[in-house]
Amino acid sequence: MTALLNIDQLLDDLEAGLKDLLSARGIDNPAMIGIRTGGVWLADNLSKRLGLQEPYGELDISFYRDDFSRIGLNPRVKPSHLPFETEDRDIILIDDVIMSGRTIRAAMNEIFDYGRPASVTLACLVDLGARELPIQPDVVGQRLELASHQRVKLRGPEPLRIELREQEGH
Amino acid sequence: MTVTEAAPRQIQLTEDGQLKHFLTLDGLGQPLLTEILDTAESFIEVGARSIKKVPLLRGRTVVNLFFESSTRTRSTFELAAKRLSADVLNLDINTSATSKGESLSDTLLNLEAMASDMFVIRHSQSGAQHFIAAAVTPGVAIINAGDGRHAHPTQAMLDMLTIRQHKGRFEGLRVAIVGDVLHSRVARSQIRALNTLGAEEIRVIAPATLLPKDVEALGCKVFYNLQQGLRDVDVIIMLRLQRERMEGALLPSEKEFYKLYGLSVEKLAYAKPDAIVMHPGPINRGVEIESAVADGPQSVILNQVTNGIAVRMAVMSMAMSGQVAERAAGGQS
Repeated sequence: MTALLNIDQLLDDLEAGLKDLLSARGIDNPAMIGIRTGGVWLADNLSKRLGLQEPYGELDISFYRDDFSRIGLNPRVKPSHLPFETEDRDIILIDDVIMSGRTIRAAMNEIFDYGRPASVTLACLVDLGARELPIQPDVVGQRLELASHQRVKLRGPEPLRIELREQEGH
Repeated sequence: MTVTEAAPRQIQLTEDGQLKHFLTLDGLGQPLLTEILDTAESFIEVGARSIKKVPLLRGRTVVNLFFESSTRTRSTFELAAKRLSADVLNLDINTSATSKGESLSDTLLNLEAMASDMFVIRHSQSGAQHFIAAAVTPGVAIINAGDGRHAHPTQAMLDMLTIRQHKGRFEGLRVAIVGDVLHSRVARSQIRALNTLGAEEIRVIAPATLLPKDVEALGCKVFYNLQQGLRDVDVIIMLRLQRERMEGALLPSEKEFYKLYGLSVEKLAYAKPDAIVMHPGPINRGVEIESAVADGPQSVILNQVTNGIAVRMAVMSMAMSGQVAERAAGGQS
């Protein structure tokens, strides 16, 4: 079974949530970073919606994962690309799905190796709960509670759509 | 069950084809070589950050075991390991103090007892690293930093990365390797890599006394004349004249060699106008190459050194990853 969430509605919500939060925090010149792969597609969309002039950054967290000693290195690692200085910048970090929080931990460790940002705001399209670390997104498109056999996946980049799938064998 | 004949060369791969040692380019296919180059590209980006370090090998110990002296290779391996957050131990061991066989094994047993995870080894005997990889404790990765006249696979891969950066591809490329091919483990690994990656034509240019007998069997064309050999090539790789390895009168004199095989501005003009000039270092100015060429706009010699760090980070992390994967698979069965 494949169900579709309304991606446009979720993006509208993210955009509105981010605008509110940035204005409440007095941030007028943020720099956006997407986590590969889904987060980069979303950053492409959201940076336009927020009218950001600067190109967004792309982060590949493969070198920062905490499970190297269990599963080794991702053979399809690509270079990260941050086309701006992170030092003293207000960063908006974007990912498609947050669950354990380990990806975000890795991403923040990587961002800090480029410089010390003034702040990091986290926006995620879908929050599945099931956190294993004390990391919470500032803006969320949709919170979902999945059964153990369900998986959610962002497909893209054109068109962006979000799939809710039943895992095989169930 | 019979042991397959391919077993000896596959010692460097896990059952599902991941790298777990890096000994030679023999038996490694185009996808794996491309994966090494792609991974190295990601590490080049790391080298441009304010903190040039990633946590991949944090808590692991890498031992640089050099039975032959080296400055560039050893220091780039050291820097590569440190940028992967490993702890590094450098051991320079004089060849004469260690005879092959028992004492080498004993050296390794002692180092293994220090809970080392990886040995980066340079040795004057061809095949020494294979011998060690076959004997080493499972979970410990062996990286070949040059063995005798046999192979220097990380040097060849950093050369391939340099070529890909400047030419964007291997298909259709004509590459000339010039000079002391006889004593060069680098040349052997380069020829293998270029053939695997699909270069159109590989030429070796040298006097007959500095070519191995079987050189054409490696998959290259032989030229004895530099001007003819350089015609229309895209890449020129100069080799160092390895005087320390020469026995007997292979050359009349260095002056004579330079006159015939040295790369001068004038000779360089025979190659394509956008040809790049490479050299594994250390360069002998006025013996293999004119300073105006080594320091000129077509020279990419210093890019090679920078790429050396990234390629070594790639190979070390991939081999450690393969060891990890193998251990995980072993734990399941």
